[in-house]
Amino acid sequence: MQMIKAMPWSARIGLLGVFIFLFSAVFADVLAPYGEREIVGDVWEPSSAKYLMGTDNLGRDLLSRMMYGAQTTIFISAAASVLSFSLGIFLSFLAAVMRGWTDQVLSRLNDLMMAIPTLIFALVVLAALPQELWILVLVMALIDSTRVFRLGRAVAVDIVVMDYVEAARLRGEGRMWIIFREILPNALSPLLAEFGLRFAFAVLFLSSLSFLGLGIQPPEADWGGMVKDNKDGIIFGVPAALIPGGAIAALAISVNLIVDWLLNRTSSLKGGRGDV
Amino acid sequence: MSDKLLNVKNLRIEATVYPPGETPKDIVIVHGVSFTLEKGKVLGLIGESGAGKSTIGLASMAYGRGGCRITGGTAHFNGEDILASSKSRVRGLRGSKICYVAQSAAAAFNPAHRLGDQIVEATVLHGVSSRAEAMERADHLFDILGLPNPKEFGQRYPHQVSGGQLQRAMTAMALCSQPDLIVFDEPTTALDVTTQIDVLAAIKHAIEETGTAALYITHDLAVVAQVSDDIMVLRHGKTIEYGPVAQIIETPQEEYTRELVSVRSNIKSEAEDQSKPLLTIENIDAAYGNSLQVLFDVSFHLPKGQTLAVVGESGSGKSTTARVITGLLPQRSGRVTFDGRDLAPKLADRPREDLRDLQMIYQMADVAMNPRHTVRDIIGRPLSFYFGLRGREKEKRVIELLDQIEMGESFIDRYPAELSGGQKQRVCIARSLAADPKLIICDEPTSALDPLVAEDILKLLMSLQKETQVSYLFITHDIATVRAIADSIAVMYQGRLVRFGPKSQVLSPPFDDYTDLLLKSVPEMELGWLEKALSDRKMEAAGN
Repeated sequence: MQMIKAMPWSARIGLLGVFIFLFSAVFADVLAPYGEREIVGDVWEPSSAKYLMGTDNLGRDLLSRMMYGAQTTIFISAAASVLSFSLGIFLSFLAAVMRGWTDQVLSRLNDLMMAIPTLIFALVVLAALPQELWILVLVMALIDSTRVFRLGRAVAVDIVVMDYVEAARLRGEGRMWIIFREILPNALSPLLAEFGLRFAFAVLFLSSLSFLGLGIQPPEADWGGMVKDNKDGIIFGVPAALIPGGAIAALAISVNLIVDWLLNRTSSLKGGRGDV
Repeated sequence: MSDKLLNVKNLRIEATVYPPGETPKDIVIVHGVSFTLEKGKVLGLIGESGAGKSTIGLASMAYGRGGCRITGGTAHFNGEDILASSKSRVRGLRGSKICYVAQSAAAAFNPAHRLGDQIVEATVLHGVSSRAEAMERADHLFDILGLPNPKEFGQRYPHQVSGGQLQRAMTAMALCSQPDLIVFDEPTTALDVTTQIDVLAAIKHAIEETGTAALYITHDLAVVAQVSDDIMVLRHGKTIEYGPVAQIIETPQEEYTRELVSVRSNIKSEAEDQSKPLLTIENIDAAYGNSLQVLFDVSFHLPKGQTLAVVGESGSGKSTTARVITGLLPQRSGRVTFDGRDLAPKLADRPREDLRDLQMIYQMADVAMNPRHTVRDIIGRPLSFYFGLRGREKEKRVIELLDQIEMGESFIDRYPAELSGGQKQRVCIARSLAADPKLIICDEPTSALDPLVAEDILKLLMSLQKETQVSYLFITHDIATVRAIADSIAVMYQGRLVRFGPKSQVLSPPFDDYTDLLLKSVPEMELGWLEKALSDRKMEAAGN
């Protein structure tokens, strides 16, 4: 409670936004007025008391699909982002700390991965592997972690040469201590900022995959897929596509508002790097 | 209008500070400072960091740096109040009538342009003279400033000349437009003593030749005594003492000035028995990569419970020697013996006990501590790492150590950013003491600190040595510090050991050439020292 009181308005708004999305995702089964796949009305009906957000291209209730879509979209994007950051940060810090051939092997492998266009890479891998949720998350995380690796290594290389890291080495500290206790807290600011951005990209990437038939399989709902499903309606003046699109934007903004606040908190108080 | 060139009255400067976790507030950083400067005279502004020296210097150019606001007082330059003048009027004065020489010439020059072009740029821009005339004058100034090949110097790029030459080039830049006033902001602080004396002499000569007036800002009283006519001592933005240089140096009135004048008394007398070595290095050769050899056949030893000072200018191999001893840079050949056993060249091959026995204190305490760890974590880590202390026990020992460094328990939950420079260095000392080491390598631990703070740190180190019998390998370029604390001295020059022995022996004649030069280059708190030192040098050169 104390923490919320000390928060700036922007962070409170972000927190509220994330809370609303999470709440509707978790309680979708209870709250949703209709079923996820249930065709209840005409195609692209405008919003009314019966269908609060109208209906989609097949006549399913948009509000219900938004709630069910939140489940998959938020869960998969968040899981993929967290996983990609854990993997990317660990490997990049390891490369920065070890230098020499470890750094070379990891960095060149990373370059190799980045040289392949992400979407094509994902298509090939997902087409070859069985269509399961955890494989989708893993592939998304792996592809995204290459970007995290580049940033993480650049940040860590700057920190590794600081005297306090040298002091830790002279003390005889192990690699894990140096990575997690000396480097990580000081690299957190730029990495958090990146996380806010990467999370939004993950939502979009998932929707691209869904569109190509390799992400979330219809008729299961996800926001990105819903944008694609309803995009043709825009030509006819039907705003159905804008609702999931707006939701993606709102989620991304909410996450970034929270990240900004965390960034300020971690950088200003402790005299570390980052903006004031 | 009088012959007063600059007349500053009741200057008041405020700045907004942003303390962490609090609302921003305005603080006064200069409280009503007044001074006058006549044509052709030099006024020295002296004080510790944060005293407001540079801020006042820049305010004399009607400039407020980084959020500083000039909120009161007047500054009459040639009878015109420049604080009240329009921006364009002030802009016209800057770079033509008032010029500025910054501390770090390396950072102040654009590396992509030739020196000559940069030096005449402002002069030409302000329409003071044509480009050809300005170039001619620059050549003349290079000559006055004692730069080599004055005709071709302007053709070079900043990276092609040495630090001392670059500083002189910046002085030439300031003098080029024949200004009435130059503000020198610590022009020699970043230079080695042996270079400093040349630059100092060049600046002094140039000021005399051109008849310009100057504000000379520095924290080194001995330096300012050589070039100024008047001195103003500042502290916390207030004038402590203001008067002719002879009066300030010889009969200081205020307690603070007296402390400044008398700084670096002998803290410790030399130990008599220097025969039982704790650390011995023999015939060390070391190189970075395969080609760049930086240490050539270095040998010395350090007795238990004593202090060995390693002296030399930057690039002499002092710090590299420390890196070899700590194992960060394995030597190419030679041997390091510590407490009766050989130390493995590579850090990774050394047992934990060796690491514990050998601790290090750094020059920049800021970056030697993780900014995201509290004092408790910083001092506590060696305790749990080496001795396995936990919980209450660990906390008790941390508090003991904090008491030992004269700081106390209240600092335990602070972050490094919440400590002053001196306190940071103390915490670093506590961190190395926590390991209960036999040897602490001190890499210029006081050179980034103000003289009085540095003095306290040195005293603390010496009293800790008495208490714990720890030995110090003290790396420094400051002879005064060496005189104060060393038992034995190793003088290094270009990667070689040129002189080694007990302090009394090293600091008394007959000297080798380099030690002689080094000792004679250290500014002394004495009027006319610069002239004496220079004429000594000239006589020697003539004699050789």
